[in-house]
Amino acid sequence: MGAIDNAAGVLAAEIGEGGFWEDAYPVIPHPGELIVGIISFAILYLLYKRYVVPRLEAMLAERQRAIEGGIERAEAMQAEAKAALEQYRAQLAEARNEAAQIRDQARAEGQQILEELRVQAQEESARIVARGEEQIAASRQQVVNELRGQVGALAVELAGRVVGESLADDARRQGTVDRFLDDLDGMVGTGHGAVAAEGTR
Amino acid sequence: MTTVVSAAEEFVPPSAPDFWQPLIGDGAFAVTRAMVVMVLVTIGLAVVMMLATRRLAVVPGRGQFRLEGVYGLVRNSIGRDIIGTAHFRPYVPLLFTLFTLILVNNLMGIIPPVQFPTMSRIGFPLALALGVYVVYLVAGVRRRGLGGFLKNLVPSGLPFWVVPVVFVLELVTFLVTRPVTLTLRLFGNMFAGHILLLLFALGGEYLLLHGEGLLKLVSIPAFLMFFLFSAFEILISFLQAYVFILLASVYIAEVYADDH
Repeated sequence: MGAIDNAAGVLAAEIGEGGFWEDAYPVIPHPGELIVGIISFAILYLLYKRYVVPRLEAMLAERQRAIEGGIERAEAMQAEAKAALEQYRAQLAEARNEAAQIRDQARAEGQQILEELRVQAQEESARIVARGEEQIAASRQQVVNELRGQVGALAVELAGRVVGESLADDARRQGTVDRFLDDLDGMVGTGHGAVAAEGTR
Repeated sequence: MTTVVSAAEEFVPPSAPDFWQPLIGDGAFAVTRAMVVMVLVTIGLAVVMMLATRRLAVVPGRGQFRLEGVYGLVRNSIGRDIIGTAHFRPYVPLLFTLFTLILVNNLMGIIPPVQFPTMSRIGFPLALALGVYVVYLVAGVRRRGLGGFLKNLVPSGLPFWVVPVVFVLELVTFLVTRPVTLTLRLFGNMFAGHILLLLFALGGEYLLLHGEGLLKLVSIPAFLMFFLFSAFEILISFLQAYVFILLASVYIAEVYADDH
């Protein structure tokens, strides 16, 4: 290609048709080329200005919007999630608080019930003890009363047998027995052991 | 045929006339090879861009991902970061047009079967630089008014006798230096890069065909260098497109800078 160019140049020079433009300094602009350059540039510029760049800009703007929308959505969701988390935490804390309160209350109630039960039990036991004592006293009294009759009869029978005949005067006899028994009672007042000793004697 | 033989016998290094390739007609309005490349690239870019942006998805496919990569580089890394978030939007189409047009045209310098860098013909970089020139001058005058624009050329707080000097310097910078350097930088890089490629290709070819004995072997490193520099040109192509819109952004950004 280069050789042909060169040859063409040489050919033109020999024929002498190259004229001014062939030998002109390369810094001198060729009018035709300048005009074609300006027109090409202008046409392409108008095309770019009218169609190419606006289309690209519209697409970039749309992309920007899409990205911003995405970010906004993500931020909103994050905020929502955070709010929900806060809410759950608050609820959890509240529930814990409540549970603690209930526990404390239950403990207090339990303590109170225990206390009440103890008091009740003490009362009951006191009552039982008192009744037991009463019963013991009553049965003792009964025993004493029964014994009083029997011992009197036995003693009279014994005395009658010892004397050999029954005593005629009931009243005297009764008085003697009573006196004897009262003495006996007085001895019982000092101690049961004395009664037993008197009984065996 | 005789001319080819005579040219081949003596090595003619590539030079500026190699870039003058009229296809139809001659003279100031001849249809040149560079013109055809420029028109084809413009049509190609227009078609590709219109089709690629017809259905853009929020979640990009592979093709859209690449397009967005290029667009993002121009829009964010250069437009937004240099001009500023408040003012960059109206200039995005300009920067994107410049970047894609320059990049593809530059790559045409090494892509077969075109293999002609459009920007090595100074008319094209000049056309682009003029576009930037008009935009930043109009933006500057529109923002501050003509008086304010001229006044803003000189930083405040200078001694009064320095003011005229600085004013003239700044005016020349604004009106002449900037568009000219913008043009020459792009033109020079593509022109020199292509000359270098031509040199290795033609030199290698000459050595291979007309070298004597072992000299033929020297064509191998020459061709290797050709491939190496072709790869290098890809980098240059991108870099020049990048630098062009970077500087354009800097010039535009100055309009919105509150102080010098």
